[in-house]
Amino acid sequence: MNAVVEEHHDDHHDHGPAKGITRWLYTTNHKDIGTLYLWFSFAMFFVGGICALGIRAELFQPGLQIVQPELFNQLTTMHGLIMVFGAVMPAFVGLANWLVPMMIGAPDMALPRMNNYSFWILPFAFGMLISTFFMEGGAPNYGWTFYAPLSTEYAPPSVTFFIFAVHLMGISSIMGSINVIVTILNMRAPGMTLMQMPLFVWTWLITAYLLIAVMPVLAGVVTMMLMDIHFGTAFFSAAGGGDPVLFQHVFWFFGHPEVYIMILPAFGVVSAIIPTFARKKLFGYDSMVYATASIAFLSFIVWAHHMFTVGIPLAGELYFMYATMVIAVPTGVKVFNWVATMWQGSMTFETPMLFAIAFVILFTIGGFSGLMLSIVPADFQYHDTYFVVAHFHYVLVPGSIFSIMAAVYYWLPKWTGNMYDETLGKTHFWLSFIGVNVTFFPQHFIGLAGMPRRIPDYALQFADWNMISSCGAFLFGFSQLLFLFIILKCIRGGQKATERVWDGAKGLEWTIPSPAPYHTFSTPPKDMAEAHG
Amino acid sequence: MLEAQGKTRGVVKLTAIVVGMFAFGFMLVPLYDIVCEVTGFNGKTAGAYELSGKETVDESRLVTVQFLTNRNANMPWSFRPAIRSVKVIPGELNEANFFVRNETESTMVGKAIPSVTPFKAADFLHKTECFCFESQKLEKGEELNMPLRFIVDREIPKDVDRLTLSYTLYDITSSTQLAVR
Repeated sequence: MNAVVEEHHDDHHDHGPAKGITRWLYTTNHKDIGTLYLWFSFAMFFVGGICALGIRAELFQPGLQIVQPELFNQLTTMHGLIMVFGAVMPAFVGLANWLVPMMIGAPDMALPRMNNYSFWILPFAFGMLISTFFMEGGAPNYGWTFYAPLSTEYAPPSVTFFIFAVHLMGISSIMGSINVIVTILNMRAPGMTLMQMPLFVWTWLITAYLLIAVMPVLAGVVTMMLMDIHFGTAFFSAAGGGDPVLFQHVFWFFGHPEVYIMILPAFGVVSAIIPTFARKKLFGYDSMVYATASIAFLSFIVWAHHMFTVGIPLAGELYFMYATMVIAVPTGVKVFNWVATMWQGSMTFETPMLFAIAFVILFTIGGFSGLMLSIVPADFQYHDTYFVVAHFHYVLVPGSIFSIMAAVYYWLPKWTGNMYDETLGKTHFWLSFIGVNVTFFPQHFIGLAGMPRRIPDYALQFADWNMISSCGAFLFGFSQLLFLFIILKCIRGGQKATERVWDGAKGLEWTIPSPAPYHTFSTPPKDMAEAHG
Repeated sequence: MLEAQGKTRGVVKLTAIVVGMFAFGFMLVPLYDIVCEVTGFNGKTAGAYELSGKETVDESRLVTVQFLTNRNANMPWSFRPAIRSVKVIPGELNEANFFVRNETESTMVGKAIPSVTPFKAADFLHKTECFCFESQKLEKGEELNMPLRFIVDREIPKDVDRLTLSYTLYDITSSTQLAVR
């Protein structure tokens, strides 16, 4: 029976999308779902951005002007949660949905119905999370790391909504990851070996494994919180025989792989873009794959470097310090490979390439400050200062987010069939580039000078750099409206894109028409020489 | 058909990993306790120590034991040690007293949680009797002298000549029978 239905379905593989809102509600098409993810993440990027601008507006001057400490804490917490779980992760899942099937020559994701569910859970999760702003006691105010007992004994009542929101996000991510893995392992075009897959597919395969390994641990830790709060257990309560430090261990066992979940797909994006605009094959493809896998493995055994100051025995501190430093080796391999790819290439500097090059440089700066933080004796000085804020924003904003922007510019002509406005794109790049650096570079200085993170007011000696940082933040924030405008303009029209779009582009997605038809690769592609990016 | 089988098998395997990792998250709790107990991480001390009668003393050295008492944020009782510090001979049984008083107008239950620094000394401080093994229920204004008997193990590392035993007193009234009534 099933076979008959499928056969019938296949007869009409040129049919287009359904009309109206139900197209988006019921869709099982990987391109539609990719689009939904990307727009959702863009919306969350603005919500998280508004939180960030609230923070930076308050920190523009010392003293309390705009938001009170209670709201300030809610803004830092929600900014972190929304950006991590609402903006960066869904953006990468969106890219995976759009690109993975097209890159491996598959007609769709392996589990289309589940794909639909994993997206549509997200608006409910974030609706629930954001609604806590309007509840009695306010939104979560314990930081995105929600350390117990701040998030248990001292939490506002809305913490239960937060816990369920995290559960939903976790379920969504896990379903998405299972889908990605099953797609990649089962639906590659005949003849495409694992070592012929584009690096974006490789990095996503590894990321998906990280996700299914650690999202359940996150679900576990919030479940323990839930039981501590409502069912009288004492996982994290010292009075009942538990231990708040245990929370940090379990959280960071999830949290450290999580930071690689947010950067590995970015490595894949950059590894696709740089060869295109350098007009050379990616240097060291195999070493890229092994480096990604090593980073993923190492991410599981370094978590306590987030907690050097909680009181770990010396041997433990030394182990976690050296293990952390080891991660610099595979990461260095990648950076050198990108540089070697550009070396003596015929480079041109279209917007995606600008973002990709900025990624390589600025992500490396963030990596270096990470190395500084890994040094135990120095970390006691840096811990919980703005230096940490500067470090992880350097790897997340000009790291992950720049790579997402690069990806959007790079594949937008394939998605919409129109070229974006190059002048506006470059303007957006330079505004963002300047904005990011003006925002976050000074935070290194105020951090080293001793300004703690997560405070609404500060000592006078930090005033100048904070003011500069806030100006940069507003520049960066408002530049993103230009990004929105460029995307809308590109969707509405523009110079028609060719199949290949970029003359140096390699990969199966560039062999299909632009815009990509609603259904692609209903019959698998034959020419595998094209696949290897 | 082969592809469909591969997909199902993939989904089943991956779901098993997810379930396994969820369980692993909870397994980290006993694992953490075991690691802490074995290594003395976080200054966690073991439960009641049984005297074997074979303890020998090392009269060649003295170890200073300091007592610290803290009250957790919302704990209104008075809580202090009778003496702040004592020099003890390793291997010898010592006694120290702690004083608590319920300063409130209602009956409450408190519980003290111990911690030892330096952490590496935690395994060498044996408590044969401690008020921290149980909780204390005090009527309003009631006071109590709580004994602690302990031995500093003669195997304690030579470079430790001073250790601190700290107690934090928590209000656990709400999680006991008292709250139900």
